[in-house]
Amino acid sequence: MDTPNTPDYLQNFLPHTDADRAAMLTAMGMTSTDDLFADIPAQLKNIPTPQWLPKHGLDEWALQERLNQTAKRNTGTDALCFLGGGAYHRFIPSVVNTTAARGEFYTAYTPYQPEMSQGTLQVGFEFQTMIAELTGMEAANASVYDGGTAVAEAALMAMRIQKKSSVAILRSVNPEYRDILTTYARGLEHVTITEVATVSELQALPNPSQLAGVIVQQPNYVGTLEDVATIRDFCQANNALFIVSADPVSLGVLDAPGNYGADIVVGDIQPLGNALAYGGPYGGYMATNGKFTRQLPGRLVGKSKDTDGRPCYTLTLQTREQHIRRAKATSNICTNQALNILKATVYLALVGPTGLANVAQRSMERAHQLAEKLVQLPGVALTFPGKPYGFEFAITLPQPANTVVQAMAAHNILAGVPLGPDYPEYANSLLVCCTELTTPEAIDRYVTCLTQVLANATATPTACASPSSPVPTQPLEACAR
Amino acid sequence: MTPPTPPTNACDTTMTTDAPAALSPTIFERTRPGARGVRIPQDNHAISQDWLNSIPAQMRRTDAPQLPEVAQLDIVRHYLNLSQLNHAIDKAFYPLGSCTMKYNPKVCDLASAHPNLAPLHPRTPDALAQGSLQIIHELQQFLRDITGFDAVTLQPAAGAQGEFVGMMMIKAYLQDKGELPHRNQILVPDAAHGTNPATAAMCGFEVVEIPSGLDGCVDMAALKANLSDKTAGIMLTNPNTLGLFETDILEISRLVHEAGGLLYYDGANLNAIMGHARPADMGFDVMHINTHKTFATPHGGGGPGCGPVCVTETLKPYLPSPNVEKTDSGYRLADVGEKSIGRVKAFNGNMDMVVRAWMYLLAYGAVGTKQISTDAVLNANYLRTQLRDTYEIAFTGVCKHEFVMNSHNQHAADSRINTLTLAKRLMDYGIHPMTMYFPLIAPEAMMIEPTETENKDTLDNFIAAMKAIDAECRNNPDIVVTAPHTMPIKKVDEVGAARKPELNFYCCR
Amino acid sequence: MPATLASHIPEDALLIDTHEYVMVDDTRVRIGISHYAAEALGDIVYVDLPAIEDKLDKGDSFGAVESVKAASDLYMPITGEVVAINTRLEEEPELVNDDCYGDGWMIEVDIANDEELKTLLTPQAYADLIENRD
Repeated sequence: MDTPNTPDYLQNFLPHTDADRAAMLTAMGMTSTDDLFADIPAQLKNIPTPQWLPKHGLDEWALQERLNQTAKRNTGTDALCFLGGGAYHRFIPSVVNTTAARGEFYTAYTPYQPEMSQGTLQVGFEFQTMIAELTGMEAANASVYDGGTAVAEAALMAMRIQKKSSVAILRSVNPEYRDILTTYARGLEHVTITEVATVSELQALPNPSQLAGVIVQQPNYVGTLEDVATIRDFCQANNALFIVSADPVSLGVLDAPGNYGADIVVGDIQPLGNALAYGGPYGGYMATNGKFTRQLPGRLVGKSKDTDGRPCYTLTLQTREQHIRRAKATSNICTNQALNILKATVYLALVGPTGLANVAQRSMERAHQLAEKLVQLPGVALTFPGKPYGFEFAITLPQPANTVVQAMAAHNILAGVPLGPDYPEYANSLLVCCTELTTPEAIDRYVTCLTQVLANATATPTACASPSSPVPTQPLEACAR
Repeated sequence: MTPPTPPTNACDTTMTTDAPAALSPTIFERTRPGARGVRIPQDNHAISQDWLNSIPAQMRRTDAPQLPEVAQLDIVRHYLNLSQLNHAIDKAFYPLGSCTMKYNPKVCDLASAHPNLAPLHPRTPDALAQGSLQIIHELQQFLRDITGFDAVTLQPAAGAQGEFVGMMMIKAYLQDKGELPHRNQILVPDAAHGTNPATAAMCGFEVVEIPSGLDGCVDMAALKANLSDKTAGIMLTNPNTLGLFETDILEISRLVHEAGGLLYYDGANLNAIMGHARPADMGFDVMHINTHKTFATPHGGGGPGCGPVCVTETLKPYLPSPNVEKTDSGYRLADVGEKSIGRVKAFNGNMDMVVRAWMYLLAYGAVGTKQISTDAVLNANYLRTQLRDTYEIAFTGVCKHEFVMNSHNQHAADSRINTLTLAKRLMDYGIHPMTMYFPLIAPEAMMIEPTETENKDTLDNFIAAMKAIDAECRNNPDIVVTAPHTMPIKKVDEVGAARKPELNFYCCR
Repeated sequence: MPATLASHIPEDALLIDTHEYVMVDDTRVRIGISHYAAEALGDIVYVDLPAIEDKLDKGDSFGAVESVKAASDLYMPITGEVVAINTRLEEEPELVNDDCYGDGWMIEVDIANDEELKTLLTPQAYADLIENRD
């Protein structure tokens, strides 16, 4: 046996001892593990020494130290968060994460074998039901990657159903979602995505009957409520599907899209018990009615019976999927966000209908309280005055929003998302978000610090009213986008 | 008072003539109006309703959604009991071919919950997110070492989305060269993963299926016959879905490049070759990685995943935007530039998976990473050699991390027996079935991937189970045909479920 | 045996090698799939059909038929315009398994060119073809 000894430290994750390896090789009539790789051409085996990957692994303690050292450079987690724009800083009850941490959920695979997967399957069924209830639709899928891909998949779905190749999307839909839609559409030939700034621009489109669907976000990216009834009427008049992207928490207060005529409802389930995690994983939900259900992409859990007549669950309508339809599948998607929908399901079970409504109400109440105080400041105004809004709103500042964001960050406040990078005409606008975690004290501190920042526009920021607010040590650069 | 009746065995339905009850009521059936699972924040302050008037009445919700109203312990029990109806890696062997069901080090899982990582908002200014940006950047470099490529994006949310990104980059590159729409054919072996043709179709390519040779590898004559000035590229996994290394890979890449096409590497089988060979050195131009397979993100019941894409210098300008850049003043998210294919996922990709993969690679290092593949291949070949006298293996020779056998010998013993019945019987031995009926070119396929994290006892136990089932096929075939017998439910009526889909508790009550 | 296979097929049916049939009578032209194909697919769970007034060429896909584990495209044996679809299949896809030449028909068309019928297979020719394939 000429296989060199394996470092002992690997035996925490790799179970074989060198004696095991030797015994297995002997049973196979081989002398070295090299024999197992004899089919790889020699020139491919000559691999240069890794440049970045360390030669030896770290023990668990050293690994945790490395993690701590690196993670603590994220000073943003110590700041007061007023960021929204599609991802929300919300309360996550303990039961959400302890449940999701169960190895039986955590380390299972796609429930292709229903006899061994009733847990994951029933959670999927419960999730689908909750989303259908929230959105006022008949059926939901068991999720796609995120809210943005859900918008793109809804557009593709509408084009399949309508056998048309054109979709209109309001410019007030999350800019990243619109970017994703553009990328997906670029893959297909002859697909047109038309962005419209306003409802009247939509109504003025030439050839509206060629639209497979119209996509609107409610509340929209800048936090205000769209005139969904007019858009619905436009869709119905032109035989276009009415596609609504809706934040699930907002549906605790706002009408269910199914009630106002949506054909497909999509959104992101991050606010339902999923950590912000710097962008993911989240999960996209998709809901629809009746015969369109068969055109939903991604996994669907159906209720069925076993041979004894016992009610049970199984993946269903799988022939839509890539592993059977291959080039003709409804989508190439082959994972769902199973762990994230588990978290969303447990979250919704915990808060219940009243709790969800309260979370939405509290968030909206705080947003209105903050907005009312901010517009009192000199030079500050609502960017869209008179428009109803939910828990996010845009304010216009007397200076570029980027500058204000940096100055507020020095006060340890993440003041909002500047609109300028996505809407150049609003370079001085900032999108501000409140949630059920925004306290009256946080609101006061925001107002105090912004007052100071605007007063000292050119001066070096000094610590403001807050007690111990650690100032980030990193040099400040342009904001995230 | 009568004592409560003890519960009957879940599988014993002889006690009653009525249809048996569901294993568990749904959470909706546990509702007790007024019950509450958790107090929401700040609920000691009344919520003022002044603001509500600003929202037009017709836009407000009037009918509360029928969400459950259940107390906390009852929710905990409900989901814990559901969890126990699952098979899982943490519970027992899971040799699902092509899925790399390996053990996930718990230290990696816990890392993503770190208090400086989990609550970080994706729109946090770069200067306040240096830790996460550093992790992204370092993982990208580690993946370059392992694959041999020049640049990496971590934005794609899963392997299939990584495929989409890779194929869109090939498309953008060809478009730049002025070769579209003429050069629009993507060659895909008939043994390929279903995502490959689905992805090529999503990107607007024409899919040309090329047959495999008798040895299970790419048929070189068929490849040559299909190469032309219309060839945009080929999608391959190496080792292929039969677990065999494509020994002609260098010739394949030469031929495809000569024809003007690019090579896409499906990284689903990367676990077989780490430290032994690199896709870039084989001549591939672009690849995706499934971090949930190779780098031990838990599968979580089917997701989330994460699908990094690695490319050569030539394709780098086409990467999705934004990407992380290291500068003198720290890390930042930078626009990739005009040629970028754009964005495929909101925010910064599935960061939790990035953190896990980064931890995983730091835990193993280069030496350990190579040992992963060595042991994965050792385990697969051990099973293959110990079972080959009992089960037919159509494509012979040393395999890599997985192999494909079939049920022909057992079917010969009793014609009611096929791959599906064997798989269901395996459940009774406490083992999750292998991947079945894939690849399509291998009739009655049983695809087995043990992974490197299973010890010799587990493998020997599996061998014994497979041999015992084979004996049953001859001595007691009825027990095989009617399996499973020990699962919480029997075979499911999938036909009924598909004919009249019931997808919503309230619609199908 | 060829005789058995052919005997499943109504005498007036004309077929193509992808298993779709055409049946012409005095009032209408119906298209569906053969008994052999329905058996091969197993329990059919869904039939996807075109819209009325769709104009389709011979060889075009007019829909798909699905079992639990497989989906197959349906191809036009002849050129024509769809004038009716069998809406019963929406709720009862099993009709294709139970009575493919009767209640399990799929679409009714207006034939563009009667000459095309001459290119189709007789029941016996179809049965021979299938038999030789196996």
